[in-house]
Amino acid sequence: MIEVENLTVRYGGVTSLDGMNLVFEKGTCGLIGPNGAGKTTFFNVLSGFVRPASGTVRAFGTDLLAMTHFRRARWGVRRTFQTEQAIEELSIYDNVAMVTSPLRGSARRADVLAAIEYVGMDVSPGTRVGTLGAGQRRLVEVARAVAGKPRVVLLDEPAAGLPEEETTHLAAVIRGIPDYTGALTILVDHDMSLVSAVCETTAVLDFGKLIATGSTASVLRDEHVMRAYLGTAEVL
Amino acid sequence: MTGVDTKRSAAETVAGQRLALLRRPERPVHLSVTVALVLFALFGLPPLMNGYYTGYAALTAIYAIVTLGLGLLVGRVGLYSLGQGAIVQIGAWTAARLLFGTAQPYWLVIIEAGLVTMLIGGLIGLPAIRLRGLYLALITLMLAGAFTVVLATVNFPNGGGGFTGYNGQQSHIPPIRRPSFAGDAVGYYRLAVVVAVIMFILVYAHLRTRPGRAWAAIRQSEPAALAAGINTTFYKLWAWGLASFITGIAGGMLAGQARYLYSYNFTTQDSIILLAVALMGGVYNMWGAVIAALLMQMLPAVLQQQGVSYAWLDILFGIGILQVLTTAPTGIADQFPRDMKKLGGLIWRLVRRPGASSAGGKASAAGSATGGTT
Repeated sequence: MIEVENLTVRYGGVTSLDGMNLVFEKGTCGLIGPNGAGKTTFFNVLSGFVRPASGTVRAFGTDLLAMTHFRRARWGVRRTFQTEQAIEELSIYDNVAMVTSPLRGSARRADVLAAIEYVGMDVSPGTRVGTLGAGQRRLVEVARAVAGKPRVVLLDEPAAGLPEEETTHLAAVIRGIPDYTGALTILVDHDMSLVSAVCETTAVLDFGKLIATGSTASVLRDEHVMRAYLGTAEVL
Repeated sequence: MTGVDTKRSAAETVAGQRLALLRRPERPVHLSVTVALVLFALFGLPPLMNGYYTGYAALTAIYAIVTLGLGLLVGRVGLYSLGQGAIVQIGAWTAARLLFGTAQPYWLVIIEAGLVTMLIGGLIGLPAIRLRGLYLALITLMLAGAFTVVLATVNFPNGGGGFTGYNGQQSHIPPIRRPSFAGDAVGYYRLAVVVAVIMFILVYAHLRTRPGRAWAAIRQSEPAALAAGINTTFYKLWAWGLASFITGIAGGMLAGQARYLYSYNFTTQDSIILLAVALMGGVYNMWGAVIAALLMQMLPAVLQQQGVSYAWLDILFGIGILQVLTTAPTGIADQFPRDMKKLGGLIWRLVRRPGASSAGGKASAAGSATGGTT
């Protein structure tokens, strides 16, 4: 469970997150909103790349903001990036094995290989990532996020730029993450079909504020959400 | 869907099989060629060389360690250092001081020189690695300049007393001692090769395990490294320390090779040349370090023997850097095998079809043009 209270982030004069209050319970949760709503900023706060002006973030009772970024990763925060960040010169195995893990030795290696297996890579783990296509690189990134016993998995637009077939596969992978790792998974994406296929609950941000939260189906029908996305509700 | 539905136990069985695949030596041919080359360098080469070339071959082995350390920093972590010449001097000075001042065995002195250099290099690295690119290069270049000045005043030890071990009045300067088992030129050359091989294995072991993965991640994307829980400052410092350690060991070996060290033999320019040859040799490949050392030490020796002024090398290295920056960013070590493969393919095509049609002939000619110019 992640509890966010009064979270405010400012970049100079721009207030990116404006007193955000939000609770993510468990399972796979969606986080949507128009461009500039503060979704990626929220991920950056959780993973430690942005220091908030005020507010608290507690994850399973731990104060996340008290730790530096790499310590948060060691605690169990994993994230992927909007622009995919698989390391080209390393093999698939090494890309996943670079993630921090409480496991050691053969248990660790088995965990890494199981993560690669879990995301459904159909090539050998020894393959260099530089030779892979966009969809497989995304899977490598997701494998890195689910290896090493994560507690919170943050996925930032994992399906961006992927063809439909690969998005369908990715949706199945993401939906299974809470069962596979026990981690709370938060998905940011613009693809509403992906969000509704994967997330039980969804929160909507607009201009740094939470405007709706609840079950995904009800949120997507919410009048405020439609207005935030389309400018007006009458269109529909 | 298949990956998601797979149960964990099943995944682990498959995982076990793939693990076995992973553990097999990656390139057995590569390994055996390497071993053969090392054996040739140790036993085949010495009878073919006179004293002049033996000395330069030893220097080549020693400088291969230096360029290996520099290649590690530049190619694997993305830290551009223009101060490696100064790091060599720290190692050489420390080893010379210990060899004159103590009766410790040679191997111990070399390791101590490496450790002292690692310590000093680490102290310099602590603030320096927070900088990147041009700024780091500038800081390290200034450092190299400062060391040249310091050494010009302090001088290298020559058997005198005190902390610096320098005595300007001395008329008969004793040479820096060598180990008893490697007293002559060939013996010392072999020792240098063995030490270089050990350093290469040390670096290789790093590259194949967790530090190597961390460095690769840092080089491509620091955010990704941090998000994976990699303490980037620590791993950069580790790379810096490792490079300083092996460079210090090279400096220690250099002391025994030169036997008489003078501060005017070490110039700030050396540091710049080191980066130039390291880039030309190739910083993404460990063979690049050997090629870089050959360019820096063996090529001038050959030119001098042929009566060609090695001042030409400054021009050659300038052109070489342009070539690296424009057409071959991975350096000779990656480019040469690729070109040879192309050439091989071309020859194979010619041999297989001796009376090739005119179209085939044209294609081959085009192939040779690219193979020849790159």
